[in-house]
Amino acid sequence: MSLTIPSHIPLEHFKRFVLSMADDELVLGHRDSEWTGHAPILEEDIAFSNIAQDEIGHALVWYTMYMELGGPSPDEMGFLREWKDFRCCHFVTYPRGDFAYTVVRQYLFDVAEQVRLQGLLSSSVDALRSVAEKLLREESYHLLHSQGLVERLGDATPESHERMQRAVTEAFPQALGIFEELEGESFLVEAGAFVGNAALRSDWLKEVVPVLHKASLQAPVQLEAENVKVLVSPHEGGRRGQHLEYLKQLVDDMQQVYRLAPQSQW
Amino acid sequence: MPEKSYEARLAEFEARINRGEKIEPGDWMPDEYRKNLIRMISQHAHSEIVGQLPEGKWIPHAPGFRRKLTLIAKVQDEAGHGQLLYRAAETLGKSREEMMDELLTGKAKYSNVFNYPTPTWADVGIIGWLVDTAAVINQTMLAQSSYGPYARAMKRICYEESFHIKQGYDSVVALAKGTPEQRALIQDAIHRWWYPTLMMSGPPDALSVHSQLALRWKIKTKSNEQVRQEFVDHIVPQIRALGFDVPDPDCVYDERTGHYRYTQPDWEELRRVVNGDGPCNAERLAARRKAHEEGRWVREALAVKYQKQREVAAA
Ligand SMILES: [Fe+2]
Ligand SMILES: [Fe+2]
Ligand SMILES: [Fe+2]
Repeated sequence: MSLTIPSHIPLEHFKRFVLSMADDELVLGHRDSEWTGHAPILEEDIAFSNIAQDEIGHALVWYTMYMELGGPSPDEMGFLREWKDFRCCHFVTYPRGDFAYTVVRQYLFDVAEQVRLQGLLSSSVDALRSVAEKLLREESYHLLHSQGLVERLGDATPESHERMQRAVTEAFPQALGIFEELEGESFLVEAGAFVGNAALRSDWLKEVVPVLHKASLQAPVQLEAENVKVLVSPHEGGRRGQHLEYLKQLVDDMQQVYRLAPQSQW
Repeated sequence: MPEKSYEARLAEFEARINRGEKIEPGDWMPDEYRKNLIRMISQHAHSEIVGQLPEGKWIPHAPGFRRKLTLIAKVQDEAGHGQLLYRAAETLGKSREEMMDELLTGKAKYSNVFNYPTPTWADVGIIGWLVDTAAVINQTMLAQSSYGPYARAMKRICYEESFHIKQGYDSVVALAKGTPEQRALIQDAIHRWWYPTLMMSGPPDALSVHSQLALRWKIKTKSNEQVRQEFVDHIVPQIRALGFDVPDPDCVYDERTGHYRYTQPDWEELRRVVNGDGPCNAERLAARRKAHEEGRWVREALAVKYQKQREVAAA
C-alpha cells in the first residue's frame, strides 16, 4: 500500500467512494466511445472520442488510487472483475441512445462531476485534493462542450427540441441516481473527506435546472422559492451492486479479449 | 491586354510545377488537374472515415486501459484526417456535402483495404503495422505533391500515422511474445492482410489511366509499382524478424536488383473490391449511411443555430 489516508477515516468506506467514481468514469467513457466512427458529423466524432478518452483516463486515475490503497491493478479492475462488483450508478450503464440522449447524459454527468470535484478541492485528504485539481482542468472543457450542445440543440428546430426534451425526461431521474448514498458515507463526511451526496445533489440541481430551462427544456422539478423540488424518484441501486442487464452486456464486451489470456500481456 | 491562350497558360503552369513550385487554390490550373485532384483527395478522405470502421469495431473489446485509450485515439485521428482532407478538397470547389453524397450513393471510391473484415483483435495491430506502413509510404510521396493544400495535409497526416505504426507494431509484439494462441492470431492476420495491403498502392501504372496525368503534373511523384516495392522491401524483413511469414513462397530477396521479389496480387479482385463487390463493402456503406441519416437532425439544428447567430451578429 503506497498511499495512506488519515487513520480516522475508515479505509473500506474510503475505497468504496473511490471505486464508485472510477466505475462511473470507465462505463460512461466506454459508452461515449461507441460514437467513434458513427457520430452525426466529423466534428462531434472527434469531440466525443476526446471526451471518451478523458473519462477513461479519469477512471484510470481513480483505479490507480484504488490500487495504491491496496487494491488490484487498474487492468484487473476493469477487465477481470465480475460485473456485479462494479459500483457505478445505473445512469452511465444505459445504452448510448440517440445523439440527444448522449448529449443530455454527458451534460448532466459533467455537471455532477464538476460539483463532485469542486467539493473535493477542500477535502481533508491530500490525495483527493490533488486529483480533483488535475481532473477539473479537463472537465471544464467537457462542460463547455456538452453545455454548448444542450444550448444549441434545445430549441434549434422542432425535431431537435422534441428529441432533447425526450432525452431530458428520460435521463433526469436516471441522473439523480449518481447521488445515491454510499454505504458508510457519513464517516467520510464527518472526517471532511467529501461533502456527501445530498449536498452534491442540491448543488447539481441549482446548476442544471436553469441551464436546461434556458435551452427551453423542462426538468421534472418544481421551483419553490429558494428550493428545487424534484418530482421524480431517482434510479438507484448501482452503488449497492444491483445493476441492470445493460451493465452485464457492456462488461462482457469490454472483457471479451482480455479474458482470453488473462495471465498474458496484450 | 489580350487573354492568354490555353496553351500559354498550360506551359506556364507546367513550368511552375517543373521548378518545384506549389500550386495554390486561387492559381490557374487545367480542368483535368483540378478534376484529378478532387477525385484523389476525396477518395483519400473517404478512405479515412470508412477506415474508422474496421478497427473501430474493436474499441469496445480492446484489452486493457492502454490499448483501449490508444485505439480510441487512433480511430479519432482518422476522423481528423478525413476532416483535413475534405477541407483540402473543398479548396478546389467541391463541398463536403457533395463528396459525402457521392460516398453514400456508392459513386465515389475509397481504399480497397477497408472492405475486408476484422474478425480478431490481432487485426487491429496488423492494420496499424502493415496497412499504415503502406499508407505512410504512399503519403510521404504525396507530401511532395504539386498541390499545396494536399501536400501540407499529407505532411501532418504522415506525422500522426507514424504513431499509429508504432502502436500497431507494439501491439503485435505483445501478442508475438504471448501464448501460442496469441501468436497464431498474428500469423493468421498477416496472411489475410498481405495481398489486400499490396493492392493498396494500386494496379501497375500501365493499367492505370489516372496515373499518367498524375505523374506528369506531379500530383504524385512515384509510380504505383515503386511505392509497392518500397513497402515490400521495408516490411518483409520486419515480419520475418518476429518469426512470422508472408503467404508468398516466391517472396525472396534478389541480390541482383537489391529488392524483394513478390507475387503480384490478383488485380481482378482489386477491381471487384473497389467497384463495390468486396467482402464488406455493403456493411461499411450501410454503417456510414446509418450514421449520416441518424445524424441529419443534428446537422440541421446546428446549421439553423449558426444562421441565427449570424443574423444576431449582423443586426
Ligand atoms: Fe471525468
Ligand atoms: Fe466529463
Ligand atoms: Fe489516417
